[in-house]
Amino acid sequence: MENKKHLNVNAIENGTVIDHIPANNVFKVLHILGLEKNKDQVLVGDNLESRKYGRKGLIKVSNTFFDKNEINKIALAAPTATIIEIKNFEVVSKKQVQVPDTIHQIVKCFNPNCITNNEEIPTRFTIVDKEAMKLQCHYCEKITVKNNIIFF
Amino acid sequence: MFVSLSPDNKAEIMKDKSLISITDFNKEQYLRILEIAAGFEKNPNQKLLNDHVVASLFFEPSTRTRLSFETAANRLGARVIGFSDSGSTSVKKGESLKDTIIMVSGYADIIVMRHPREGAARWASEVSSVPVLNAGDGANQHPTQCLLDMYSIMQTQGTLDNLQIAFVGDLKYGRTVHSLVQAMCNFNATFHLVSPEELKLPSSVKMHIKNAKLEYHQYTELNDIMPVADIIYMTRIQKERFSDPMEYEKVKNSYVLNKSMLDGSKPNMKILHPLPRVNEISEDIDNMPQAFYFKQAENGVYVRQALLAAIAGVK
Repeated sequence: MENKKHLNVNAIENGTVIDHIPANNVFKVLHILGLEKNKDQVLVGDNLESRKYGRKGLIKVSNTFFDKNEINKIALAAPTATIIEIKNFEVVSKKQVQVPDTIHQIVKCFNPNCITNNEEIPTRFTIVDKEAMKLQCHYCEKITVKNNIIFF
Repeated sequence: MFVSLSPDNKAEIMKDKSLISITDFNKEQYLRILEIAAGFEKNPNQKLLNDHVVASLFFEPSTRTRLSFETAANRLGARVIGFSDSGSTSVKKGESLKDTIIMVSGYADIIVMRHPREGAARWASEVSSVPVLNAGDGANQHPTQCLLDMYSIMQTQGTLDNLQIAFVGDLKYGRTVHSLVQAMCNFNATFHLVSPEELKLPSSVKMHIKNAKLEYHQYTELNDIMPVADIIYMTRIQKERFSDPMEYEKVKNSYVLNKSMLDGSKPNMKILHPLPRVNEISEDIDNMPQAFYFKQAENGVYVRQALLAAIAGVK
């Protein structure tokens, strides 16, 4: 007789599930949201099977709901992610993240000579290529590419 | 040749508008500026800004652009205040750019600004209560140089449309190149890009060419573009731009234009250069009919007069 073993992960009562994170990206998402320091329960899964993507990462955070800036950060780091909000064990909202057209204040310009890296100026970018994740700085007009994205 | 607009909206088009990047103006606005500049070339001393103060804020030294702007302001009758180097100002004490600009915009009607950091002029335009003219921000934009380049192209070719334009030298850091490429995308140009591998035109600028559905061709040899170019825009290659000094030594003489190379060029071809030149155009070309770079520099005054007048709303 087969003896199947399963890992039991409790459903959360209130909080957010970030599903469909690209595999091997889950700790990056954890870090940019500052969840290592979260006081509530955080459950992390990586390289999980996914019917849609083959492999995926997943984060469950109790008693935490993300604001617009945080969701934009998730969209930049994990463009395929789905945000599921749960209240009283019920799913109240389930949306795939949308990479916005512009972002404000959450990403640092990669150009060290940009005025935003030398004075107290809130950054602004237009996302000129959503697939390749290329961000054009509103001020210096230089492109910050995906691998060089640094979140504040 | 020029777009003439109705008398009602001539002064409204660019009044109080900052010019930071060449993409801030549209094609009709460029052509209007060139038309106004032609008027100033015929008659440079028009005291249209007698009651204006122009602030000339050069946070890094520049002789040519600063003197050109100050001459333009003076010929229009404006008073000029400012500095030619931030070393003797409150900037040295740590004053932020924002505070400096807010302060100066309380004194002047128009700010002309050069700054070593990219994006500084854009930020200044957002905190200033008066229009800002970007006289160069780091390696980013130099839109007034672009306009005088366009004026010069128009003078030499009789049109801006459908030209074969060659850019030679440092295309990576050359902000005058970046601005002019973007501007000429409005006029169906074909671009010929001649540079060492390390100094190719950045992808952010090539994106403008692609978006306009125009062609560009890349070369490493200057001779290759001589038979096709209507305009050859030369730029200086600087040793400090190379991560490997040996690479600079290999290429430093490969992008030098001398008289013997002109034999295969088109009869209408003209040579432009934003100056100062070092050795990239040999002096034996200076008296040739193809040499237009000194007249190009003179055109800077007329174009800057046109910009000041348009932004002040008097033209």
